[in-house]
Amino acid sequence: MSTLEIRDLQVSVKLPEGDLKPILAGVDLTVKSGETHAIMGPNGSGKSTLAYSIAGHPKYEITGGTVTLDGDNVLDMTVDERARAGLFLAMQYPVEVPGVSVANFLRTAKTAIDGEAPKLRTWAGDLRKAMEKLQMDPAFAQRNVNEGFSGGEKKRHEIMQLELLKPKMAILDETDSGLDIDALRVVSEGVNRVRETGDTGLLLITHYTRILRYIKPDFVHVFVAGKIVQEGGPELAEQLEAEGYERYVGARV
Amino acid sequence: MTTEATIAPPSTKSQVLRSFDVAEFPALNGLEEEWRFTPLKRLRELVRATALTGTAPQVEHGDLPAGVSVRSVEKVDPVLTPFDRVSALAFGSAAGVTLIEVAPEAEPEQAVVIRLVGKGGEAAAGRTFVKVGAFAKVTLVLEQTGTTTLADNIEVVVGDSAQLTFVTVADWDADAVQAQHVKLRIGKDARAVHVQVALGGDLVRQFTSVEYTGRGGDAELWGLYFADAGQHFEHRQLVDHSVPDCRSYVGYRGALQGVSAQTVWVGDVLIRAAATGTDTYEINRNLILTDGAVAHSVPNLEIETGEIVGAGHASATGRFDEEQLFYLMARGIPEGEARKLVVRGFFAELLNKIPVEELRERLGDAIEARLAETGA
Repeated sequence: MSTLEIRDLQVSVKLPEGDLKPILAGVDLTVKSGETHAIMGPNGSGKSTLAYSIAGHPKYEITGGTVTLDGDNVLDMTVDERARAGLFLAMQYPVEVPGVSVANFLRTAKTAIDGEAPKLRTWAGDLRKAMEKLQMDPAFAQRNVNEGFSGGEKKRHEIMQLELLKPKMAILDETDSGLDIDALRVVSEGVNRVRETGDTGLLLITHYTRILRYIKPDFVHVFVAGKIVQEGGPELAEQLEAEGYERYVGARV
Repeated sequence: MTTEATIAPPSTKSQVLRSFDVAEFPALNGLEEEWRFTPLKRLRELVRATALTGTAPQVEHGDLPAGVSVRSVEKVDPVLTPFDRVSALAFGSAAGVTLIEVAPEAEPEQAVVIRLVGKGGEAAAGRTFVKVGAFAKVTLVLEQTGTTTLADNIEVVVGDSAQLTFVTVADWDADAVQAQHVKLRIGKDARAVHVQVALGGDLVRQFTSVEYTGRGGDAELWGLYFADAGQHFEHRQLVDHSVPDCRSYVGYRGALQGVSAQTVWVGDVLIRAAATGTDTYEINRNLILTDGAVAHSVPNLEIETGEIVGAGHASATGRFDEEQLFYLMARGIPEGEARKLVVRGFFAELLNKIPVEELRERLGDAIEARLAETGA
């Protein structure tokens, strides 16, 4: 049983000129293993900043608050230490790594996360099964990481990593964006398999409610102007589906 | 003190002075377009000498497959007329020629590996002549190691419809200096894939020129270099398209790390009026791993006919892609290992051009070892 605790998190983005622009204005959130949280909000509200600052992207500076995973201070850790501590970020725009094959990348990541190389005997089979489950062609393993992948292929590759690396906490940043309905179904099934293990806490970041028809959240948080402005159960997502964010955005102005 | 009149640079690459006589070339002063990036002092005697008397690197090889011979001969009709002073100096001073011959239609299964081992001593000149017969298909590897101060020319004749993969590795000791010219003459429907690797040496300057003698010739020039602190690696090419319907592709990639690591890439492609149907592309990419390293990159295209299939060039020099590092580290991979993956990936396409697994692995490992040195 793991717990991710975010307390009064304040984050600024580093601008090219060196200035800091505040984005997160005090975020409080607790996610436990087996729970699925949806963070919903309009574009530019800071949802992705929350995801990337928890993962440790160098573009963001923490200006206040704490993030702990099972009591350990996440903000003190390097990016790779955070991942090895059990955090996972499925990215909205996964990065191409030319010349590095998917097979090599996954094996290196798995070795790093587990602290030992996966057993040669079982690894090839595990990889093949993970790819089959996400309906990825076996030839994918020999392609370079994200190079020439379609939007759907990139997202399936992210979810395949989620299944293989088995993190304690996973943040899924706009995983539904750019997916056609078939790809969305395949990807959602992958997320639901992870969810059903009960071992992983999930934080779904999304603008649209579409993905929530396939992955039912236990909790919904509405995110506006760098903070959570309302919280509820799955019914809140339905309300947003019907009414949109206008009410929240309007209230702010 | 004498004042020399400034010599106007030739208006086109086709007008460059060519001669076997070193005396016909003006003394180098470092201001010449062709030498402006080269630290001339570090070329030692190669700059001023009119003759070189040292011992050229020793030629070594194992058993040769049928159809392949390596021998030392006194004379071979040249296919290169030198167009710089050091190349002419090498021609005039070379004691003999190492002649590597591949018989027509020979197709040895194994790569032919020849080592040139420098034993130090006085500045020396060398000449190597590679003759690949018509319809032959062969992979030749030339490994250059040891220490030397060397000016040398390599002439390569690829016979009609022959296919040559020619890998040269400059992995000299840290104090070695080399100025080399590699000339490729490509026959009708012949194909040459040249992979030029530079890893070791204080200064290595390699000029590769290509000419075609019949239609359908295809030349791919790949380069891989990794310059550490203080090293100067320089690669220049002149691809001279004077025959219709030939193809060339030039792709050089380098990594640099450490103070005063310097690399130069100058790619010249000349498409003459007669060379209709030419298809050419040249690209250079440099990855700067630390502060203090400098990469020069200059593509030049000179086009005298519009009737071509394609002509393009590109050059990109940059630092580590932070987003790539973040992506890999976000999957638990430690920074050092992530950097290794990125650099090995950066060179992977080029390494894969080398059809000799043992060499490919060795070069990959050497590159990773370089990264470990500085913890970059």
